[in-house]
Amino acid sequence: MLSKRIIPCLDVRDGRLTKGVKFKGNVDIGDPVETAKKYYDEGADEIVFYDITASHEGRGIFLDVVEKVASTIFIPFSVGGGINSVQDMRDALNAGAEKVSVNSGAVKNPDIISEGAARFGNQAIVLGMDVKQVPVTSEIPSGYEIVIHGGRKHMNMDAIEWAKTAEALGAGEICVNSIDADGTKDGYELNLTSTIANAVNIPIIASGGAGNPQHMYDAVTEGRATAALIASIVHYGEYTIPELKRQMAAMGAKMRMSW
Amino acid sequence: MLAILEYKAGNQTSVKRALDHLGIPNKITANPDEVLAAHGIIFPGVGAAGQAMDELVASGLEAVLRDAIEQGKPLLGICVGCQIMLDYSQEGNTKTLGIIPGQCNLFNDEWKDMNGDPIRVPHMGWNKITQRKPCELLKGISDDDEFYFVHSYFPEPDPEYVIATTQYGYEFCSIHGGPGLWAVQFHPEKSGRAGLRLIKNFYNYCEEAANAK
Repeated sequence: MLSKRIIPCLDVRDGRLTKGVKFKGNVDIGDPVETAKKYYDEGADEIVFYDITASHEGRGIFLDVVEKVASTIFIPFSVGGGINSVQDMRDALNAGAEKVSVNSGAVKNPDIISEGAARFGNQAIVLGMDVKQVPVTSEIPSGYEIVIHGGRKHMNMDAIEWAKTAEALGAGEICVNSIDADGTKDGYELNLTSTIANAVNIPIIASGGAGNPQHMYDAVTEGRATAALIASIVHYGEYTIPELKRQMAAMGAKMRMSW
Repeated sequence: MLAILEYKAGNQTSVKRALDHLGIPNKITANPDEVLAAHGIIFPGVGAAGQAMDELVASGLEAVLRDAIEQGKPLLGICVGCQIMLDYSQEGNTKTLGIIPGQCNLFNDEWKDMNGDPIRVPHMGWNKITQRKPCELLKGISDDDEFYFVHSYFPEPDPEYVIATTQYGYEFCSIHGGPGLWAVQFHPEKSGRAGLRLIKNFYNYCEEAANAK
């Protein structure tokens, strides 16, 4: 039986790890390759690298990081941030990533999902979606709206419909990030993840809100996700990945316990 | 030296990185002489079976592969490489290499997992393997180890070729073949230490076979 995955997410700016996008002022918190190696050694099931570099020159530095990571860790990893074209996808995959995560680039141009899936296979294309809860309207019947730019821009798109569209276009997986839960450490938005998981038949990664192993267990049971994305709870040493895995396994989740 | 078969439907670079990390001499090549001079061949594959077959035939490597097997050269097929070693794949109704008898079928998303939920397709993530017969590839690998899978079709060889199975709504064959001619459905190059160990075991087998000649 498939194990539930724990996926640490690393934000990279100018080749260094930084605090997440939502924090004001970027603080250098380490070397992405060393950190990836540490999480690999500790049993991470997959890793996500998110490029928050603004400049064009920074892109090259980021791809160098991806290449170094690919020669250091031997588990799958994906790359997101700034993927707006098939060429961006190719660059990231050639550098050694297994998967690319498209988010606002796909909202603006959904065809890059189908183009990417046709070139690189569905398994290589992850749709990342940032979702905010809003009042129910005829345009947003689920009350979950797609937002971009860290939640600053509302797209007037229903998250459930967008998930179905992305699946039909060929996305192999969906990472559902709740902007409302993100950073709260109060737990994932379980209703959102389970609603989307029930609407599609591709794997769902829960993102935003992880504060403890119980939250992660809830995400992969009640939330019907197959993977839980985490960031600050491991970056700042509150938990280690082996602790998270042991506790989730003790609660009854099927985890990969040998690595 | 191991040859990593170079054709357009492979994930050769990932395999190469794993071999480099292990200090195993290797080369990504489509050159028949180099392939036949290697002590063993890794045959990766991603994407659709039909496309992989087309690329293999177009590059002339299908014939090279058959020559190598004829000569008893050890071979390790990975993912789509594993699937197209069988006779036929449901994916695109494709006639495949027929090196090992059997066929490749699509997961049925009405099959249920152990919690009674319908399985999601593709089968993507980490899963265990249950060894069904002794195999040099699995030396030092325990039943607790897991491997990384990503696929929508699964191999179904004749039962005598089944080496290990995996549970995903259905107990499917995750390693098939026989001594020196193996195929793994998962990605050993992305399966952490257990996967690296399997690759190292393959290399050791190749070197022993070459030294014995």
